[in-house]
Amino acid sequence: MDVLALLLNGIWIALEPINLGLALLGIIIGLFVGTMPGLGSVNGVAILLPFTFVIQQMTGQATSPMIFLAAIYYGAMYGGAISSITLGIPGASTAVATTFDGRPLALQGKAENALVIAAVASFVGGTISTLLFTGAAPLLANVALKFGNPEIFALMLLAFATFVGLSGDDIPKTVISICIGLILSAVGFDIISGAPRLLLFDSTEWFSRGIQFLVLAIGFYGIGEMLSTIYETKNKTEISEANMTLDRLRRALIKSSEAWKGTLIGSVLGFFVGILPAAGATPASLMAYGVSKMMSKQPTKFGTGAPDGIAAPEAANNSASTGAMLPMMTLGIPGSPTTAVLLAGMVIWGLTPGPQLFTDQPDFVWPLIGSFYVSNVIAVVVNLAFIPLLLRLLRMPFSILASLIFVLSVVGVFAAYQNMYDVWLMLFFGIAAFFLRLLKYPLAPAVLAIVLGPIAEPTLRQSLILSDGNWMIFLNRPIAGPITIVAIILILLPFFHFLRKQWRGTR
Amino acid sequence: MRVAEFVTATLIALASIYLMWKSGEGPSWDPTVKRFANIGINIDNSGPGSGFWPFWLSVVMMVSAFAVLGNALLGKSELSRSRKPFLTHFGLRMMLSVGGALFGFILLIEFIGFYGAIPLFLFYYIYFLGRHSLALAMGIAVAVPVFCFFFFDVAIRIVLPKGLLEPAFLPLYEIFL
Repeated sequence: MDVLALLLNGIWIALEPINLGLALLGIIIGLFVGTMPGLGSVNGVAILLPFTFVIQQMTGQATSPMIFLAAIYYGAMYGGAISSITLGIPGASTAVATTFDGRPLALQGKAENALVIAAVASFVGGTISTLLFTGAAPLLANVALKFGNPEIFALMLLAFATFVGLSGDDIPKTVISICIGLILSAVGFDIISGAPRLLLFDSTEWFSRGIQFLVLAIGFYGIGEMLSTIYETKNKTEISEANMTLDRLRRALIKSSEAWKGTLIGSVLGFFVGILPAAGATPASLMAYGVSKMMSKQPTKFGTGAPDGIAAPEAANNSASTGAMLPMMTLGIPGSPTTAVLLAGMVIWGLTPGPQLFTDQPDFVWPLIGSFYVSNVIAVVVNLAFIPLLLRLLRMPFSILASLIFVLSVVGVFAAYQNMYDVWLMLFFGIAAFFLRLLKYPLAPAVLAIVLGPIAEPTLRQSLILSDGNWMIFLNRPIAGPITIVAIILILLPFFHFLRKQWRGTR
Repeated sequence: MRVAEFVTATLIALASIYLMWKSGEGPSWDPTVKRFANIGINIDNSGPGSGFWPFWLSVVMMVSAFAVLGNALLGKSELSRSRKPFLTHFGLRMMLSVGGALFGFILLIEFIGFYGAIPLFLFYYIYFLGRHSLALAMGIAVAVPVFCFFFFDVAIRIVLPKGLLEPAFLPLYEIFL
């Protein structure tokens, strides 16, 4: 069967009532978490992952829970713009760049224009990236089928190197974050020799089962991020009104075509930045804003409410969220913290992420890709229809939302693993995350690392067994070699920048 | 901020040393295996040992923690030059009230179970911290555990612990389970 037939079949399955219903529910939840400051796609997906077991039990397949979670991811990308525009506070980090022009336009009394531009750009970005995904995924999966342990480890190295070289965060702190995630993933038992290891404080009760990914993810994003949001916003917010009537919506839709250039730049750039491991939607949207401004005939209008300045980041964050799914599905490497949670979900539902998915589990892959198309259409319709409701929700006191999130986090972790040790560990990680964030330690690398650790360690060790302990195995193979070299260049990149700065300083 | 930067980096460096020490532990059932015998790259021609991965990662983490300390000492990082307090007065109060409430919430679960602790936590948070009306606080504090009971215990059969309140649930079990 060719790709088109597989895709059409996938869309057909995605349109089945249960999947359609789950996509709709996911979009609504996603719009909600994306809209609420302090919550983003990763929080929504991490907190709700334990609840997807029910969906899997009900439907007997892994596609439906994945469609649900992917829809949350999509919805959140749409929702982020709503609070960026009407509140001036990004609903999620992915919508930071949307505040630059979205907020000024809202302050001019044109909030509905900004909201519609954001929704349309998100739709175009999501659709273009899904088309690119459909074309690229089977090809990449085909290439990846030839990968052995050294190639997979080289890709892992590339993922971590991207964080070090391109994330823009403090480098030693980024490395610490990566190490924390990787070491935590090694707690419990050595999967190769079966020997117990890193039983911290010699406690078998607490650590013999290892540290579960969800415990860290919900601790960081359910508890830690909520504490940070309470601390940063101090519960003080001011909403711009958006007067949304059908006639205004129609006029705003016509006006949104003015932003075609930003939309296009964001859509294409976002996809490719999204593919990069560790990059994700936030840098994609910031980059798209920058490039759009650079290529604009009127760059001075950026920052004052330029339609392109709203469209570019919004198209980019949606596009990047699809792009980030590409390495997750085809290589088993997540491109963003949210896709790391999705990857962990796939493992929990009994799937093996990676190139084999396309050959062994076409019943999972193609309905999911089909659901990207379906979810995108649902998202733009629901988004435009729900704007007034979402604005009302934004007035929901943060203390109520925060208390519910805390309860959901605690109950979710207990339900997933059914022991209190993990609940205590989650609280510890949450409070640690709050303090580490204050000190500007990036947390996303740790979340990705705890997911990638169980893949990275065995592939490294098996590669070294294969080569009798010779590290050159990562350099002298035709596919692993170039990937490792790129990874090394990325790791060294900050040092080159540092040396160049020093050299300029001495001149 | 400056002090906090130093203290955190030092704690991370110390934790790295502890993790290096723990990584080198041999299997408990074989006391003849020496500490750090498992961290080599090719032990007895059978590849890296069980401690190889965590040990060397801990070394990298320790070096990075020293780099953070170095940057802070030389005043190269923004935080090490900052004279702002690590936690403002509001932050300290928030940590005590919110962090303390979370700690108390989980501790209470150990004694009176989820269905005793959830309403108390929600009521405290919404009524005392959020300063909302008594009716709203009571409404949410009752509705959430009721929803949780029907969702977890009844619908998906994940029985949440009830601690000392277990006897009160026996009649409900008879009706719904």
